[in-house]
Amino acid sequence: MAAESGGGGSAAYIEHHLTNLQAGEGFWTFHIDSLFYSVLLGVLFAGSFYFAARKATAGVPGRWQSFVEMLVDFVNTQVKDAYHGPSKLVAPLALTIFCWVFLMNFMDLVPVDLLPRIGELMGIEYMKVVPSTDVNITFGLSITVFFLIIVFSIRAKGFGGFGREILFKPFGKWLVPFNVTLKVVEELAKPMSLALRLFGNLYAGELIFILIALFTLGETLSSLVTSAAVFSFVVQFVLGLAWALFHILVITLQAFIFMMLTILYLSMASEEH
Amino acid sequence: MSINATLLGQILVFAALVWFTMKFIWPQLLDAMDQRNKEIADGLEAAAQGRSELDAAQERIEKLVSDARGRASEIIDQANGRAARIVEEAREEGERERLRLVASAHSEIERETSQARDELREQVAALAIAGAEKILQREIDARAHGDMLQRFAARI
Repeated sequence: MAAESGGGGSAAYIEHHLTNLQAGEGFWTFHIDSLFYSVLLGVLFAGSFYFAARKATAGVPGRWQSFVEMLVDFVNTQVKDAYHGPSKLVAPLALTIFCWVFLMNFMDLVPVDLLPRIGELMGIEYMKVVPSTDVNITFGLSITVFFLIIVFSIRAKGFGGFGREILFKPFGKWLVPFNVTLKVVEELAKPMSLALRLFGNLYAGELIFILIALFTLGETLSSLVTSAAVFSFVVQFVLGLAWALFHILVITLQAFIFMMLTILYLSMASEEH
Repeated sequence: MSINATLLGQILVFAALVWFTMKFIWPQLLDAMDQRNKEIADGLEAAAQGRSELDAAQERIEKLVSDARGRASEIIDQANGRAARIVEEAREEGERERLRLVASAHSEIERETSQARDELREQVAALAIAGAEKILQREIDARAHGDMLQRFAARI
């Protein structure tokens, strides 16, 4: 097995796969690969949907328009069910989150070595292709949502109302510090859970793909003559296929959960208590 | 796995994407979908209306047809009645004509009979006179006894 033939090799392999391409110092470090794929997929989403929206007709829709409309209708239904506020932002926000997160998650299904190896051939040393396995990316999404929750709260209740809610709910004015602590924890838990749930699921998924890839690490086509190598290859294929099939469910579910919780949080923020 | 400036970049990209979706994607698609929904609803309504109009027209046609059929049978009845009456009248006319002809034939026969009788009577009178002349020779003056013989002949 590959792992036996080179113990250091497999550790280095995993390590290599989990390292971002970076630029900058300290806090001002940018994960170039995460941002690149994030922007690329964002542009792919926006561009392809814009293509459908620009040519959208009320007549008989084409296939792409039908597909886009299906997604729009799906998101619209979720938003209408959960959010009853006046905002025109929530539905487009939800659509963006669902499609973008799905596309970023989908990078997990691209064979783990394909893009990094192409990158290596082009002289790029490190490449993590799944943006949602980067906490910065998931926190970037959830902190924006957190910011919107606060904006929505203030807009629905006013500064005074929101302040009173922080100070006096749920235990009245004699337990103000307790109330504040509770509220802060409650609100901070939202972006934390959003970001870490997505990150955790995708990071674990990616890691398992990497581990499955270890089965034939170091094998070449010419070494596929021994029965042990063939066995490793078959095991890798079967496990990879099973995990990929299961992962299709996971990536869709995670995108849906992120979207749904965002809608719910914003809905809760705009409701009077 | 540290938090760094990638986060800020991602926030900016996210904001831009949401803005773009809200501005250029969502309203256009939703408008198109709403408009199509409206058109479909209108179309369905028009179809239902057309169907009900068709039903009404069908009903009207059936009524017209049954009316026409009724009127036609009425006309046929009338015509039959008139034909029967005409036949009846013609028959009566013929009967009258027959009776008239028969009557005129009768009267002709009667007239001819009486004429023949008159002629016969005259001839008998003449024969009687001739016979009496033969029997009585000269004793009977035709002029003197003519009246008497004439009356005799009338009685025959």
